Amino acid sequence: MSRRARRRLGRAGFYLLMALIVLYAVFPFYWAIVSSFKPGSEMFRIDFFPPPSLANYRAVFAEQPFGRNILNSLIVASSVVVLSLGLGLLAAFALGRIRFHGRSLLLFTILGVSMFPQVAVLSGMFELIRAMGLYNRLPSLILSYLIFTLPFTVWVLTTFIRALPKELEEAAIVDGAKPFTIVTRVFLPLLGPALITTGLLAFIAAWNEFLFALTFTLSGEQRTVPVAIALISGASAYELPWGNIMAASVVVTVPLIVLVLIFQRRIVSGLTAGAVKG
Amino acid sequence: MAGPAASRLTRARTRAAWLFLAPMLVALALVAVWPLGRTVWFAFTDANLSDMGAAGFVGLANFEYLLTDPEWWRSVWNTLFFALVSVSIETVLGLAIALALNVHLPGRGLLRTAVLIPWAIPTIVSAQMWAWMLNDVFGVLNELLILLGIIDQGIAWTANPDTAIWAVIMVDVWKTTPFMALLLLAGLQMLPTECYEAAKVDGVHPVEVFWKVTLPLLMPALLVAVIFRLLDALRIFDAIYVLTGNNQATMSMSVYARQQLVDFQDVGFGSAASTLLFLTIALFTVIYLTLARIGSSQAEERP
Repeated sequence: MSRRARRRLGRAGFYLLMALIVLYAVFPFYWAIVSSFKPGSEMFRIDFFPPPSLANYRAVFAEQPFGRNILNSLIVASSVVVLSLGLGLLAAFALGRIRFHGRSLLLFTILGVSMFPQVAVLSGMFELIRAMGLYNRLPSLILSYLIFTLPFTVWVLTTFIRALPKELEEAAIVDGAKPFTIVTRVFLPLLGPALITTGLLAFIAAWNEFLFALTFTLSGEQRTVPVAIALISGASAYELPWGNIMAASVVVTVPLIVLVLIFQRRIVSGLTAGAVKG
Repeated sequence: MAGPAASRLTRARTRAAWLFLAPMLVALALVAVWPLGRTVWFAFTDANLSDMGAAGFVGLANFEYLLTDPEWWRSVWNTLFFALVSVSIETVLGLAIALALNVHLPGRGLLRTAVLIPWAIPTIVSAQMWAWMLNDVFGVLNELLILLGIIDQGIAWTANPDTAIWAVIMVDVWKTTPFMALLLLAGLQMLPTECYEAAKVDGVHPVEVFWKVTLPLLMPALLVAVIFRLLDALRIFDAIYVLTGNNQATMSMSVYARQQLVDFQDVGFGSAASTLLFLTIALFTVIYLTLARIGSSQAEERP
């Protein structure tokens, strides 16, 4: 084989591999969409391009408080984002800009907390939530989600804040600005992109959380989206309404995919700042 | 600035630092330190979910029973098996994708978007999507395999004890390989280009460049990514809960602990299981943090 032919073959192989990866990544989602548009009778036929029907979408909102579940998830995830960014920004300023004793140890302790298995705090958290009268109420989730969003927010924002030039702050100090003014007037405007990235990742994490939501809520009205989707059930264990499940899955996933498409560069930079740059 | 004034400024700034840290530290103490401490305490009691206040101290009884429970050991084995197998597959696949994304070829953006989609989808949703594709009677996977003549009749992927753990692994690999690929891609992009130019001048074969240049240079980033994923895999709950429920064949340590705690209301025993899981993960975390710290101090020394 000539060298050129071999190179062409290599390139074709490379593209074939890429195509396979894309297919593997996208096919399950494609299949969920296709299934979600099939009415009950069509559901069990393998058909790759069926004529669409909205029956499953109507059913999923009619048979359970799914609209309410989406609203719950939105409330919980947005509250968690606002709280984590507020607390995280202040902490990140201290950790990223001020040299003090024990800073490095503190930073790594916070990173350690983000590795906690959620099950490890489950019984203690259950007791706390009951004592505060929050059981089966949304604030229980807002509170408990801080355990994974807060350490991560602090960590990523600290990385971003460290990358900003030192002169900015020095000028403000010379002008006699107090630290709080420096945070709100100097750093906050510059950190817009970082806050969007971090907030987005915290939002997705809170939106997707399952274990706490499953344990701390009881009634269908209080459930968040993942719990609602996991607990959709049919007449018997052998008759799961797959059409409804797929319709619900598509409804909650499409907004996430749109977010990913818009913010993909930022998400990638945030994810890698959280783990690799350590 | 003069000495005393500067030190006064430093003191004021240190005070401000702790003031700014206080709200975050209080929040973390409330949602992390306190519940963790209470869980460890419950592990030594006979606490019951219906009345947690009435817990009595029972010493090591919970742990003694736990260590003789074959179901617990089954869940430990399942968790370790799942974590090792899925992270190995994800590392190899993720590295392949990262290498592909690192080549400047048309279609790269599409590939990156495609691999981000599984990452963004909630684990519950991806588990349900796969449960439907893996359905024994109506699943598209069985249908395709029958069509291709690989099998004669549908496999009950999630019900059969031999294949159930592989179904969970399949879902996890699909969901988290993108994350691995992105971490490794970030590592690849930080590698110095000089080595590659030298290798090119010397006419070294690309495969050899990968084994002798890329892989050794990428090792620190690779190790950190692997441990990061391993920590995550050890606490697996969502996918197993949806795909196979409380099936013993796939029960992980998290599923076991929650079942004792919530379904059987045995807070003391469930907490003992949680505590052991916590200790397992803490061990890995210490290793990870040590590596990350070495990595960051090396990065700071670089000009």
